[in-house]
Amino acid sequence: MKTKGIVTGIVSNLVTVKVDGPVAENEICYIDLQGVKMMAEVIKVNGDTASVQVFESTRGLKNGDTVEFEGRMLEVQLGPGLLSSVYDGLQNNLATMNEVFLQRGEYTDPLDREKLWSFTPIAKVGDEVVAADWLGEVKEGWLPHKIMVPFSFKGTYTVKRIAPAGEYKVDDEMAVLVNEEGEDVKVTMVQKWPVKVAVKGYKEKPRPSRIMETGVRVIDTMNPIAEGGTGFIPGPFGCGKTVLQHAIAKQGDADVIVMAACGERANEVVEIFTEFPELIDPHTGRHLMERTTIICNTSNMPVAAREASVYTAMTICEYYRAMGLKCLLLADSTSRWAQALREMSNRMEELPGADAFPVDLSAIISNFYARAGMVVLNNGETGAVTFIGTVSPAGGNLKEPVTESTKKAARCFYALEQNRADQKRYPAVSPLDSYSKYLDYPEIREYLDETVEKGWADKVLAAKNIIRRGKEASEQINILGDDGVPMSYHINFWKSELVDFVILQQDAFDAIDALTPLERQRFMLDLVLEICQKDYEFEDFEKCREFFKELINELRQMNYSAFESEQFSSYNETVKKMIA
Amino acid sequence: MKAYQRVYTKLEGITKATVSLRAKGVSNDELAIVDGRLAQVVRTKGDVVTLQVFSGTEGIPTNAEVAFLGAPPTLKVSDQLSGRFFDAYGHPIDGGPEIDGEERQIGGPSVNPYKRRQPSELIPTGIAGIDLNNTLVSGQKIPFFADPDQPYNQVMADVALRADVDKIILGGMGLSNDDYLFFKHSFEAAGALDKIICFINTTENPPVERLLVPDMALTAAEYFAVEKNEKVLVLLTDMTLYADALSIVSNRMDQIPSKDSMPGSLYSDLAKIYEKAVQLPTEGSITIIAVTTLNDGDITHAIPDNTGYITEGQLFLRADSDTGKVIIDPFRSLSRLKQLVQGKKTREDHSQVMNASVRLYADAQNAKTKLENGFDLSDYDHRCLAYAKDYARELLAIDVNITITEMLDTAWKLFGKYFTPAETGIKQALIDKYWVK
Repeated sequence: MKTKGIVTGIVSNLVTVKVDGPVAENEICYIDLQGVKMMAEVIKVNGDTASVQVFESTRGLKNGDTVEFEGRMLEVQLGPGLLSSVYDGLQNNLATMNEVFLQRGEYTDPLDREKLWSFTPIAKVGDEVVAADWLGEVKEGWLPHKIMVPFSFKGTYTVKRIAPAGEYKVDDEMAVLVNEEGEDVKVTMVQKWPVKVAVKGYKEKPRPSRIMETGVRVIDTMNPIAEGGTGFIPGPFGCGKTVLQHAIAKQGDADVIVMAACGERANEVVEIFTEFPELIDPHTGRHLMERTTIICNTSNMPVAAREASVYTAMTICEYYRAMGLKCLLLADSTSRWAQALREMSNRMEELPGADAFPVDLSAIISNFYARAGMVVLNNGETGAVTFIGTVSPAGGNLKEPVTESTKKAARCFYALEQNRADQKRYPAVSPLDSYSKYLDYPEIREYLDETVEKGWADKVLAAKNIIRRGKEASEQINILGDDGVPMSYHINFWKSELVDFVILQQDAFDAIDALTPLERQRFMLDLVLEICQKDYEFEDFEKCREFFKELINELRQMNYSAFESEQFSSYNETVKKMIA
Repeated sequence: MKAYQRVYTKLEGITKATVSLRAKGVSNDELAIVDGRLAQVVRTKGDVVTLQVFSGTEGIPTNAEVAFLGAPPTLKVSDQLSGRFFDAYGHPIDGGPEIDGEERQIGGPSVNPYKRRQPSELIPTGIAGIDLNNTLVSGQKIPFFADPDQPYNQVMADVALRADVDKIILGGMGLSNDDYLFFKHSFEAAGALDKIICFINTTENPPVERLLVPDMALTAAEYFAVEKNEKVLVLLTDMTLYADALSIVSNRMDQIPSKDSMPGSLYSDLAKIYEKAVQLPTEGSITIIAVTTLNDGDITHAIPDNTGYITEGQLFLRADSDTGKVIIDPFRSLSRLKQLVQGKKTREDHSQVMNASVRLYADAQNAKTKLENGFDLSDYDHRCLAYAKDYARELLAIDVNITITEMLDTAWKLFGKYFTPAETGIKQALIDKYWVK
């Protein structure tokens, strides 16, 4: 029998409920507001009083209104049809809602129940299977979408029946399994999973050993992120966080991309709806939307659902990872998620930590980042969830709890700098503060040696060193004046400008420059290093500036030309002549 | 007052902004009358209900009469709203009659993001600092960031009156009486009264009342945008004072403050307002232009900082010492939606001209720094400095009122006067077409 309750207190979207039976932490309940059922989640229990966060506006709710508990946590439905969908934070399909305005208590089905999917069996009758093993597959767009033994199944099962190849709906019976007690269990294409629990069902989670290409030079060359790795992008507003994230979403080498718009502007999501269906995935030639799921909980949508949205997005990624696919999760912005936690903690009158955030903020963030990673599945295949979150630090100051907690959890740090953005040096990723810890991983260095070129990681460090020396030189020049420093300072400064303009800066709105494949990145870095390793002599600093300015211009023209085209080669020759 | 209403007469607690009492059957967000003043339920805990009293609690006794009205704040909407002035509760303050119309709850639900359309319609203002460098688009939300001594209300009134919109709705929060009369006179003088609607809270009114103003203005805006397919421009001034009122209430409710003693929910509270800006699937749209006053240009304070993360850019006003004029700072201002219209709804050279003119202005700033540090200036530096003066006076100043094509022509004229084509870095094809010798 379901536990029932009565509302006893309301502050904004925090409601206290007196319950008549057992309730669980994170259990879902529905509050009845004059016939409208509003979803809520238990976040604290004290005696027979449960505090619940309501995923809707509580306007009009009264003490004494009734509540019914569901005996389950917040779940998502996993099955074919997730890709190219647009959901809110609770996985309601936004596209199938009729009204222009979001209606309270309107929950729509995340999956199309009527659509037919072409199924091919993988498992055979008599096979022994465990949770997450593949039973068959359907084609979702061009992706092989595996129908798996539900993650929640415990122990070993024997396949008793498996549907023959053919067209099926998601709720059709695809297999019958026999459990260890000899009972029959039916499996359809859909399974449910509680979002706040990490999906397991893999053999092991090794250290990441490959890098994920994004086509963005300041990431791939300077601070590469691993497949199954984690990274974050903090930056003040107006520094190009969104443009950088969209570039990664468009170009990232992944099979599945889930974008969680968490507490951000609705018009940015509209941009994705409008542009993605038109854009082509550079890796497969298919429409970008086919591999993309959008979880959209914009800043004006209920705060509690904002918290849920990042978990919903992560669970969908983990589901596709279990199919042996490479997934990329982009969450914009995790600060809004942290603020949602803060609002609830505040209403529950918990003792606050720094900046009034809950004291366990750091633990919550690292637990979430830990759900990313590369895994080896039971059948030996690998899958990965790469996670990149953005952080919106208050006042652009990186010494604030969300940035600091995230820095402990994420392995790549892409710091956006106001100063660089002001100078229109985009992407405004700071060359010196940013880092990728993966460059120190022996397995990644080995991978780079093999796939890019021998000693690549050291070349990257050499490029960073040029920037560092250039910065020191520029500080001296600013203090002592152009004439007050030796020529070598000017040369060092201009070498760093060269690396900056040619490698770090990239035009996200230029069709060719926006996407630089790794092979081309190798070519350009080698060329730039070749230039920088040479010694130069100039009469005066004006000549030095002229020389490098011209060189930079030629190299930038190269960036704008198709790789290895005639134009490209002619610029390359000019460069070679100039430095001969 | 309705007959079955139960009246309470025993307050258990009073703070400067709230009262609490034991009451039953009270719903969240519901309005009540406390000692003749309007109040709203903000918390219930068992039998104890906390009410936020909009006009303050001065003089309210513990035996004050409290009657609950059974509904959250509402506004009657109809075409009769046009040309009228209201207080924060939606009552006329212009001496005219009450409005007949459908009673709507304010602060209603948000638009399904999937039903939005990408904004694409340009809003020309005649001010080059906006149209040329930070073009506005209908459905956008953007604040002026300005120190209190800047003429932000004048600029906003100019923008509103020049914009090609069907309705202008002004939400005044903590407006000085002088500024209120200024708006009234400007609208009258422009003969635009029939398309104006004002919700006004002046400094003479209690601060907590301000909390109703944006929702009132936006409820009216939604009526005209959704029902009448109109282009509505909403002006909100001053959002800093709105946020201050939020902090007063949260403080009285013993909530733990976060940065700059603002409530932890500031971001969500502001986003709920600004995100009402929308391009609807029909022709209707709501554009929000707001004012956020700064303290000595400090944009890291919680109010401008949270605002910047929510809005689609900001327009930064500052006094220019070279020309003695107020200009729209080209470096710190930004319109995030400008690329949706630049070169598409305006001439092809728009974005290149904009970038080049700002870049050259930046070079002038560097030259200025050099000069201040006692270094010698090159010929190029001198030309940049001369250009910067003309650029500030003829294009950045807020008293400019010309078409976008004239702005572009002016910029080309300045380029030709001070620079070589190569120094502007503009694409050759455009140079060939537009360069002024």
